[in-house]
Amino acid sequence: MNKRRSMLCAGLAAVVTGVLLHSPAVQANGPAKIGFVYVSPIGDAGWTYQHDLGRKEMMKNLGDKVETTFVESVPEGADAERVIREMAASGHDLIFATSFGYMNYVERVAKQFPNVRFMHATGYKSGPNFRNYNARFYEGRYLTGVIAGEMSKSNILGYVAAFPIPEVLQGINAFAMGARSVNPNAQVRVIWVNSWYDPGKEREAAQALIAQGADVITHHTDSTAVVQAAQDQGVYAVAYHSDMSKYGKDAHLTATTHHWGPYYTEVVEKMLNKEGMGESIWGGFKEGFVELAPINPVVPKPVQDKVAELKEKIAKGEFHPFTGPILDQDGKEIVPAGKTLTDEELSKMNFYVQGVNSKLPR
Amino acid sequence: MLRLEQRSCPSQIMRWLSPALAVGLTVLTGVVMLALLGKDPWRGFEVFFINPVKSTYALSELMLKATPLALCAAGLAIGFRANVWNIGAEGQFIVGAICATVVALYFGEYPFWTLALMVIAAMAGGAAWAAIPAWLKTRFNANEILVSLMLVYVANLMVSWLVFGPLRDPGGLNFPQTVMFEDTALLPVLIQGTRLNLVLVFVVVVLIAAYILMYRTHLGFRMRVAGESAKAARYSGVNAKSMVWLGMLISGACAGLAGMAEVAGPMGQLTDKVSSGYGFAAIIVAFVGRLHPLGIAFASLVMALFFIGGEQAQQYLALPGSISMVFQGMLLFYLLACDVLIRYRVAFGNLSVAKQVRKGALS
Amino acid sequence: MSLGLFESILFATIVAGTPLMLVALGELVTEKSGMLNLGAEGLMSIGAVAAFAASYTFESTVLGILAAMVAAMLLSMVFAFITINLMANQVATGLAVAIFGVGLSAFLGKPFEAKVLQAVPGYALPLLSEIPLLGPALFKQQWLVYVSWITLAAVAWFLGKTRAGLALKAVGESPQSAHAVGLPVIRIRYLAVMFGGAMAGLGGAFISLFHTPMWNEGMIAGKGWIALALVVFSTWRPWRVMLGAYLFGGVMISQLFFQSSSVQVEIPSQFLSALPYLATIVVLVLISSNAKMIRLNSPASLGKPFLKENS
Repeated sequence: MNKRRSMLCAGLAAVVTGVLLHSPAVQANGPAKIGFVYVSPIGDAGWTYQHDLGRKEMMKNLGDKVETTFVESVPEGADAERVIREMAASGHDLIFATSFGYMNYVERVAKQFPNVRFMHATGYKSGPNFRNYNARFYEGRYLTGVIAGEMSKSNILGYVAAFPIPEVLQGINAFAMGARSVNPNAQVRVIWVNSWYDPGKEREAAQALIAQGADVITHHTDSTAVVQAAQDQGVYAVAYHSDMSKYGKDAHLTATTHHWGPYYTEVVEKMLNKEGMGESIWGGFKEGFVELAPINPVVPKPVQDKVAELKEKIAKGEFHPFTGPILDQDGKEIVPAGKTLTDEELSKMNFYVQGVNSKLPR
Repeated sequence: MLRLEQRSCPSQIMRWLSPALAVGLTVLTGVVMLALLGKDPWRGFEVFFINPVKSTYALSELMLKATPLALCAAGLAIGFRANVWNIGAEGQFIVGAICATVVALYFGEYPFWTLALMVIAAMAGGAAWAAIPAWLKTRFNANEILVSLMLVYVANLMVSWLVFGPLRDPGGLNFPQTVMFEDTALLPVLIQGTRLNLVLVFVVVVLIAAYILMYRTHLGFRMRVAGESAKAARYSGVNAKSMVWLGMLISGACAGLAGMAEVAGPMGQLTDKVSSGYGFAAIIVAFVGRLHPLGIAFASLVMALFFIGGEQAQQYLALPGSISMVFQGMLLFYLLACDVLIRYRVAFGNLSVAKQVRKGALS
Repeated sequence: MSLGLFESILFATIVAGTPLMLVALGELVTEKSGMLNLGAEGLMSIGAVAAFAASYTFESTVLGILAAMVAAMLLSMVFAFITINLMANQVATGLAVAIFGVGLSAFLGKPFEAKVLQAVPGYALPLLSEIPLLGPALFKQQWLVYVSWITLAAVAWFLGKTRAGLALKAVGESPQSAHAVGLPVIRIRYLAVMFGGAMAGLGGAFISLFHTPMWNEGMIAGKGWIALALVVFSTWRPWRVMLGAYLFGGVMISQLFFQSSSVQVEIPSQFLSALPYLATIVVLVLISSNAKMIRLNSPASLGKPFLKENS
C-alpha cells in the first residue's frame, strides 16, 4: 500500500515537473499588465482624455493579451513616486507616465525596478528601461494657423495659454507663422491664465480676447471653455487635444488632436514580443501622433486643399514649420533662410516670433 | 426623545474612544458604499485601509505623507488655541520651500551646514510670510483669515514666476523647475529603501516643543487663556497683539519647515507644483487632533491613511480619485459628531420640571 | 456683440462677480446669525453638479437652479446639525463640508462630464439697456445677474429693516440674550445656515449653467474660498459684498484685457494674476483701519456654539 502510494506521488511529481519545465517561461499566468498614470481627470476632452483613448485603442488592438489599470489626477509632486512605484511593485510590466512633472520620479523608480518598462511623456530623460515620447503638436498648430489666418477678418487671433513652457511656445509660434504665411497682417494675442485647467478663467480670457477684436481663438489649456465661449460669441475657434466640435458646432473650425493609440499598441507589442524598447521618439504627422480634426465646411475648399497639401509635405519631411527666415518679436533674425530649427533648439524654445503681439513673461 | 446633556466633567474614556468610533463608522459607511457601487466590500476594506499599512515601505510612505500635515498642524494648533486664525499655512509652506531652495541652490554643498541653513531659512521665510497678516491685523485690524488666504494665491504665483524665471534650471529645457539639489541639500533617509527621511525627527521635536510650550510654560497658559475668552485674557494681562504675532509666526515657521522638508525630501527640487494642499489639510488635522500634539500625531496618520487608501482604491478598485475626498469628509463628520460625546451624554426622555430644577440646583 | 473696451470690461466684471456675490450674501446671512460655515466651496460644487444634472436631464434651467439650491441646502443642513445640535467646532465642520462636497460632486458628476448645454442667452432690459456706456454692460446680462441684484437688495432690506432681520442679528450678537427674550435661536440659526447653503448652491448653478455651461470636477476652482474672504472683506455689510465681488472680478478681468491688449509691457503674467488678491488685501486694510466699523459689524458670537444650559 505505502509503496503504491509513494509511487503514485512520485509519478504525480514527475508529471507536474514535466509540465512546468515545458511551459513558456514568461507571461505564463495571463495577460500583461499595463499601467497608466494620469495628471488630471480623464473627463471628456483634453490631454488625459486623449491618452485614455490611446489606452482603449491599444486594449482593443491587443485583446486579452493585456489588461490595464490607471490612476487619475496624480499630482506632479511627491505622491507621484508612490503611485508609480506601487504600479511597478504590483506586477505591472509597462507603465506610461503621461506628464512632464513625473520625470524625476520615473527615473528613480525605473532604477529600482529594472525589469519593468517605463514610458514617460514629454520629458527629456531616459535610461536602460525608461524612454520618453512626445508629439510634434506644432505641426498641427501650423496648419490650424493657416486656417485661422484665412478665416480671420479682423486679423486678430486670440490664444489662451496656460504656462510658458517650450511646448506651448512652439504651439503659439507655429500658429502665428502659419497664419502669417497666408495673411501677413495677422497678429496673435496671448493671455496666460497660469493654470492648465480653469474653465471659468479660460472663458473670461477668451471673452477678453474677443472683446478686443479676435475673431478666431485657440487655446493651450485643458477644458472646452474657449470653444464654448467662441460659440456663444459668434466667432471661430480652433481646439486643442481633442475634437471639440460638439461644444461649438458653428465655431469649431478644426482641432489639433493627439493620437496615442497606435504608438501605445506598438510599444506594448514590442514588450510582448520581448523586443528591445527602441529609441525615445518625437513623432508628428508622419507617425500619426498628431492629426487634424475634420475641418468645418465653412472653411473654403481651396484652403482645405492647401492644408491637406501642407500636411502631406510635413508628413513626408519636405516641409518643416520652423524653417527660416524666422524673426523674433524685435525683428532680430533667429533662423536664417533655408535653415530649420533643430529638435534641441525647439525643445528649449523661449522666444516669440514676429506677429505675436504680447510680451513673453520672463 | 433624545437629548444632549452636559456631563459634569469631560469624559476621559470618550476622548480616546471617539476617534476610534469615528474611524469605525467611516469604515462601515465606506464598505456599505463600496458594496452599493458594486465592488467587493472586503476587497474595498483591504485596499483602502489595510494596504497602506501592510509593509515597511507602505508604513514609511504613510509616515512620509503624514509628516507635513503634522508639522503644519502643530503650528496651526498653537495659533488656533490663541484664537489666531491662520488659514494661509499653504502659502507659508510655499515660501518656506522657496527660501530653502534658494539656500540649496547658492549654498548647497556643505555637509550639515547646508541643511541647517535651509531649515533656518525656511522657518524664517514661513514666519515672514505669516508676519504680513499678523502686522496687518495688529496695525490695521485687517482680518487675518482673509489676508492669509489671499496670500496663498500670491505665494503660488510667486513660485510660478520664480521657477519660470530666476530660479529656473538652465539645463532643464525651459521647464518650470530648478536643478536637482545636491545630496548635501537633501534630507538623509532614515530607513534604506524607503523615502522616510529626517523630517520624522523634525516632527517629533516640533510636537514635543509644542506640547511643552502650550502645557508647561506660562506663555502657553496665557495663550490658551487668551483663546478661551477675550475678557479673561485682558484680566490676566495678556497682550492681544503679541498673541497674534506669536500665533502667526509660530504657525508660519512650522509650515515653512514642512515646505523645506518637501523640497529637500521627496521632491529634491523646487517646481511650480510644490503646493499640494498640506496647509489646508493641516487645518483639519489640527482640529481632529483637538489642537493637542498627541492628537495631531494620530490625526495626521489617519488623514494620510485616507489619502493613500484613496490612491490604492483608484488603482485596485477602479474607483474615481474623488472617493478619497468623500471618505475624508465623512471621517471628519463622524469624528466631530462623536467628539460631542466627550462633553455631553445622550439622555432619553424629557425631564420633568421638578427634575430640571433639581438638576439646575445641583450642577 | 461689439461693445467698447470699457463696456466689455464692465460686462465681464459683473459676470465674474455674480457667483461670488451670491455665495457671499448667503454666507453673510449665515455669519450674521453667529455661524461660521467655511464649506462654501463644497456647497457650490454640489450646487453646480446638481444644477447641470437636473438642467440637462429635464431640459430646464429653472429646474436646474432649484435642484442646486435644494442640494446645497441639504448639505448645509448636515453642517447645521453637527454644529448646532452636536455643538461641534464650526471651523472644522465647515472644512469637512468643503472637502466632502467637492469630492461628492466629482463622484456624482462623472456621467455628466461629456454633456453639453446651451448657454442661457442674455436678456436685455428694455429702456435701461439703451443707456449709453452703462446700458449694454449692465442691462444685457443673463437673468440670474438681475436676480443677484434683487437678492442683494432683499438681504440688505431684510437685515436692516425687518424684525426678522433684527432677530437674526440679535442671535448673532448674543444667542444667550436672544434666547432669554424668547427668540428661537436654534431655528433661526438653522434657517440662516440653510439660506447660506441655498445661495452657495445658486452660485454654483450660475457657474455650471450660465457662466461655463458644462460640468467637470474642480470647475469651481476656489471661488467658494474667495467668496468667504469677501464676506470678511465686506465687514458684514451687504452692499460691500457687491463692492468686493465686483472689485475682485474687475481686477481679474482687467488684467486679462491688459495682457491681450496691444499695449506691450513687460510685467510677468503671474504678477498680473496676483493683482486681484493684492487689491482685495489693500482695500480690506483701508476699510478695516477704521476700527469702529469692524467692531460694529462682526457678529460677536461668530463661530461659538450656543449652549442652552449656559443661559
